[in-house]
Amino acid sequence: MARSRSFDVRRQAGFPAVAITCFILLYLPIILLVVYSFNAGKSIAIWEGFSLQWYVSAWENEKVQDATIRSLIIATCASVIATSAAVMAALATTRSPKFKGYSVVFAMINQPLMIPEIVTAVALLIFFAMIKVATGYTGLWYLILAHSAFCIPFAYMPIRARLQGMDLNLEQAGADLYGTPWRVFRRITLPQLWPGVLAGAMLAFVISLDDVVITEFVKSAGQDTLPTYMLGQLRRVITPEVNAISTVLLAISVALVIAFYLLTKSGKPKQGDVQ
Amino acid sequence: MIEIQNLTKTFGTGAEAFTALSEVSVTIRQNEFFTLLGPSGCGKTTLLRTIAGFVDPTSGTMTLDGADVLASPPYVRPVNTVFQNYALFPHMTVAENIGFGLEMQDRPKAEIKQTVGEMLELVQMTPLANRATSEISGGQQQRVALARALAPRPKVLLLDEPLSALDFKLRKEMQIELKRLQSETGITFVFVTHDQEEALTMSDRIAVMNEGQILQIGGPKEIYDHPAERFVADFIGETNFLEAELVSVDGEVAETRLPSGKTISTRAASGRAGAGKVTVAVRPEHALLEPPGALIDGKLENIVYFGTDTHYHVMLDGGARFVVRRQNQPDAVEAYTIGDAVGVSFNPGVGQVLRD
Repeated sequence: MARSRSFDVRRQAGFPAVAITCFILLYLPIILLVVYSFNAGKSIAIWEGFSLQWYVSAWENEKVQDATIRSLIIATCASVIATSAAVMAALATTRSPKFKGYSVVFAMINQPLMIPEIVTAVALLIFFAMIKVATGYTGLWYLILAHSAFCIPFAYMPIRARLQGMDLNLEQAGADLYGTPWRVFRRITLPQLWPGVLAGAMLAFVISLDDVVITEFVKSAGQDTLPTYMLGQLRRVITPEVNAISTVLLAISVALVIAFYLLTKSGKPKQGDVQ
Repeated sequence: MIEIQNLTKTFGTGAEAFTALSEVSVTIRQNEFFTLLGPSGCGKTTLLRTIAGFVDPTSGTMTLDGADVLASPPYVRPVNTVFQNYALFPHMTVAENIGFGLEMQDRPKAEIKQTVGEMLELVQMTPLANRATSEISGGQQQRVALARALAPRPKVLLLDEPLSALDFKLRKEMQIELKRLQSETGITFVFVTHDQEEALTMSDRIAVMNEGQILQIGGPKEIYDHPAERFVADFIGETNFLEAELVSVDGEVAETRLPSGKTISTRAASGRAGAGKVTVAVRPEHALLEPPGALIDGKLENIVYFGTDTHYHVMLDGGARFVVRRQNQPDAVEAYTIGDAVGVSFNPGVGQVLRD
């Protein structure tokens, strides 16, 4: 069957112009940011030659080191917690018969995507302030828990999609072959769910690493993460150091996406080799 | 072996309720190839899944070797299933798939290895033991699914239309293969199919199902030659239905008067009342085409040549259609032409009086 030409969107009038505008708006600022991170001068707008000095300066900046470590700890803990919770939530919403209030539960899991972040941030600020007064604890766990909470829907979506795409017969076959529910989960469900779990965890990690609003509200004194440190820097003199940090964050995100792509690709059974 | 009594399964409630099984009672014997045959939606798969433990019946009892199993989850029942789409574990090799059940039973490693070897041998898959399941053909996947279900030596093997995904030639091969496996292993097979020919060629006994009920249980010949109901007669093979009047019944022999006025003795289920209108079923190949003046007369409407046999379509004088099938002989000259006045007859005991 020949493909109908009239349905090819690329042939619609004005399509190239719109597409090019979108790409420029999306990527030109990012390209400029990356380019100026290599600027030899102090300006983020006037090119004065190539240099790695801002990377060195960021690397040697103790505040940057401190914020980076904190960001990584929070993102790691939050993605592990959020992914575990998301796996359980996804199992409950795909593997149990439809129960009363199913859509309410589904909406509640995805709530952080719909409620304005600033509202959650203020609510958490007030809530954690009360706990801080009651317990006196001012450690990192407030941030980890807050991040875990808003990362759950991001981890939940790829895991749920993967579970829904899985053949239910496989789990039944496992049960039929004397596998108890837990062993079936470990030996049949989880190995196939793995790409979804990894995708969820990576998404949660990146979302946590990137968060400004909630972190800014929840953090105690001296608990800057990389994004809140950068925000703080912008209030003073902007140097290409911020560009350098941003470029590194961008590189991490891109690396994670590529790693995920390669992982899921190699995880798939090769089809069509034999017969 | 398996005793099922008054099993009923209703899905949903209220106006949307759907009864998939209605008061089903059946006994499946040790070492038997038992087939559940019926059209899609007749409840055969629901019955199979109830035996496996995936469906909780609404009411009724089921015992396996005398023990009540309805309360046991699937992973406790000594019953294994070959699924319609095979449901092979895609992240395991052929050998790992076959060994899975034994592994879940915590059998010793050496024993698992040995049994898997034997199973691979049994289904002739030894050279492909370390292949991924996506790297083997449909027929090979079918064999792996069989070996996987047989490896833990279940008391009963359940097969849910396992041949429906295979092409015609492979299906024929697998029918023979399944029969061989059943006799070699001595395991009771419960086989679900909608293919009457498959059921007739493989089964020791067949249960014909429709609308959640078992209509008739019997050997292939019994089911084919003596269908108890119109549905069974219609579903399995081709049948002619004749309206007749019951004259007398003596045990299983019933004297019936055909619309032509002639009487013939037919078979009826014992205990049948001895009067009233009945339907008599006659298989096309059990009837003979004769010159007029036979049991029933009519006009030859059509002759259809099938290679192995020829079908003669006769319009009976009463207005009903009747098909006579005759096996073709080499160099035979066709004695009839369309439009001829002909007669149809069949021997005493050939017709079957159907339950209403």
